Amino acid sequence: MRGIHKRFGATHALRGVNISVEPGEVMALVGENGAGKSTLMKVLSGAHAPDEGSLFLDGSPYTPGNPLHAREQGIAMIYQELSLAPHLSVMENILLGIEPTRRGLILWDEMKSRATAALSTVGLHKLSPETPVNQLSIAHQQLIEIARAVALDCRVLVLDEPTSSLASKDIEKLFALVRSLSEKGISVIYISHFLEEVQALSHRYTVLRDGETVGSGQTAEAGDETIISLMVGRDVNDLYPRSQRNPGSIALRTNQLAGIHKPRSASIQLRKGEVLGIAGLVGAGRTEFLDILFGLEPIASGGVTIGTFSGAALPAQRWQQGVGMVSEDRKTQGLALGLSIADNLTLPKLDELGPGRLVIPSRQVKVCAPWIERIPIKCQSARQSVSDLSGGNQQKVAIARLLHADVDILLLDEPTRGIDVGSKAQIYQLIDSLAQGDPSEGHEAKAVLIVSSYLPELLGICDRIAVMCRGQLSEAKPVEDWDERQLMATAIGQE
Amino acid sequence: MPNALKTNPFKTLQSKAWFNLGARFLALIIVFLFFAIFVEDGKFYTLRNLENIVRQSSVYATAALGMTFVIITAGIDLSVGSIIALAVVVVAWTLNIQIDGPNGELVYLVHQYPFATPLLACVLAIAASSLVGLFNGALIVRLKMVPFIVTLGSMGIIRGLAKGIANERDIYPPEETWIGSLMDPTLTNKAKSWMLLPAGVWILIVCIGIASFILKYTRFGRHVYAVGSNEETARLCGVPVGRTKLIVYALTGFFCALAGFMQFSYIGGVGQPTTGIMYELFVIAAVIIGGASFSGGEGSILGTIIGALIITILYMGGQQMGWPKWVQEMVIGGIIILAVAVDRLRHRKLA
Repeated sequence: MRGIHKRFGATHALRGVNISVEPGEVMALVGENGAGKSTLMKVLSGAHAPDEGSLFLDGSPYTPGNPLHAREQGIAMIYQELSLAPHLSVMENILLGIEPTRRGLILWDEMKSRATAALSTVGLHKLSPETPVNQLSIAHQQLIEIARAVALDCRVLVLDEPTSSLASKDIEKLFALVRSLSEKGISVIYISHFLEEVQALSHRYTVLRDGETVGSGQTAEAGDETIISLMVGRDVNDLYPRSQRNPGSIALRTNQLAGIHKPRSASIQLRKGEVLGIAGLVGAGRTEFLDILFGLEPIASGGVTIGTFSGAALPAQRWQQGVGMVSEDRKTQGLALGLSIADNLTLPKLDELGPGRLVIPSRQVKVCAPWIERIPIKCQSARQSVSDLSGGNQQKVAIARLLHADVDILLLDEPTRGIDVGSKAQIYQLIDSLAQGDPSEGHEAKAVLIVSSYLPELLGICDRIAVMCRGQLSEAKPVEDWDERQLMATAIGQE
Repeated sequence: MPNALKTNPFKTLQSKAWFNLGARFLALIIVFLFFAIFVEDGKFYTLRNLENIVRQSSVYATAALGMTFVIITAGIDLSVGSIIALAVVVVAWTLNIQIDGPNGELVYLVHQYPFATPLLACVLAIAASSLVGLFNGALIVRLKMVPFIVTLGSMGIIRGLAKGIANERDIYPPEETWIGSLMDPTLTNKAKSWMLLPAGVWILIVCIGIASFILKYTRFGRHVYAVGSNEETARLCGVPVGRTKLIVYALTGFFCALAGFMQFSYIGGVGQPTTGIMYELFVIAAVIIGGASFSGGEGSILGTIIGALIITILYMGGQQMGWPKWVQEMVIGGIIILAVAVDRLRHRKLA
């Protein structure tokens, strides 16, 4: 792929990307969230057409018009979110779209034998091809997706963060499978931001940053330091502001809080004027912890105290108690994409927008103006639909909602996931100024609880960090006592 | 990019909504002109016919007001035709109540209280219809059942109930009352021409105003859009999602009762338990042609009213063109698909 450019409206997602992968090679594609990895892979798989640049497959130009075309050319993608039809059987999933037929009728015997062959390649000899996919574990479902690629005789296999939902035992198996596939001459593009995985698996690496290729080389010759500095590419201290903060009274306290499944036990004390981070692996129970605090999920045992209120409450009551939450997934949970910025921003607090229970649209727009300017949100007007905005600006709308509701406690779940570096910096600035407060303007310091998988960010902006490991929240320690290695070790339960 | 832009963005965004509505209005004009030109002798644009179009479309439009709320929340209500029939039957049944007279013989309540009895009929019909709506809503919210299935079931239950109350026969009230004359022609009837439009149409116009106002200017209205656009977000923002849905289905029941009063009058003051069959389809079609989306978050009252007029004009124009029934049905079906297809294409272009 040479000189690939891709723009989405005002966002320039890819600005000149070059990557190449040899037959039988495992090439690791690394970069921060929002660096353009996923967009690049969508171009490769035909889901998006590039605005500029060209693609070559075996030396000849390759222009996939759509994902099916790309599959026919032997390019198979395995996305982070699995794309299986849960109600269909294993073999139907493996041969989906390429079912062997004669005069329109499915040849079940051939289907079974081809599926069995593909299954044995991925090491699932014992699995019956007739099992419905929804009875399988996540790890096995992922292997079914790889079997689907194998059944297609793929030449290029793309794996997008394949280990994010796997246990360590399954990760080992996956690695062995990837190695054996590459020995058969299949090219593998392995997307990850876990450098250990890159070191363990890949022959070469390519680093993307802000939509550009910033470096590539032999993995064996590059240390973690080299790759990290390429990924970050800037002085970390500039990105993360941390002004003098003065923690005040306790705003939120939990005592061995447990949910139905997760978390098992979480105790924290969060003060006003303080940013508390929660690190941990995806699926450790961090999101569930916030959901319970905010009343989206029930409390199984333990206590919550928010200000002077104790015990469980519904989200509507939490807003009244001065708590606001930004959810992990802004597209499916956080925002009503079809509605306007004004509608989204004012949704939790529609009072004072008209006499009585009325909501006057022009006033709704007017109250948004200061937030749009202060944060700032890049938009044409507050009446614009949220779906028109870039990811970073969408996220800023989600945060502005809390400010409009004038909350004292902000619960932020992955607030900077998948957004551009510029927006990230603005959000860090905002968090810092909220935690600091501004007595001259009468803004009290706020309490911020932030969940993130991105460790540099936590280390950069938090005062204290606690780690969630398998539903158990560790004690919160001052940020000076942590480094990335310790956080990760605690997250995987080795400390 | 600075926040202040050269052009006034408010105007462009506002005008987009008006453009949508304007395009629908244009479609309405085109459909009307088509029949005005092709129905022979100008019969289509006689005063009598125009009045009939308005009277017929009022029934659909009134029921469609509630349906607009439901569809904006990404729900559906298939039971509206049955609820209309229930309201019609309850009205007729109440007008047939007999009580002990002063001399011990049975007399009709309506003869004793010619004004209050129809009022009682309205109250009972509104209560029954709104209860059915609440029942639908409660099943959908509490048991987390799919609206399509719940209302498909209640469509059968309520139709059966209406037939049961009426003993599977038409109920003929003993006396003409004001409720039976709600939809009496006005323009073509000298005695009532001072009203300009039938009383039922005035009721509809007031309801249009109220419903538009609720959707646009109240907290509940904004919640309806939020729930339909993204239910998870609404929940996260503390919107009472369940209560919003419950009210929306109850509202549909309420508006169906009003539509039932109009239908009662339109079919000649008879309690016919088989009336309003297939109305759910016309009503849903009106809402969809009016610009609402089945995936929720979109739709407007004025659009729905235009949709109801388009459906009625197609239906009545087709009859007057002398089209066979099967052609009429195919045309209406085709128009629904066309309207949604045009909408999809437009959406794709915007994205």
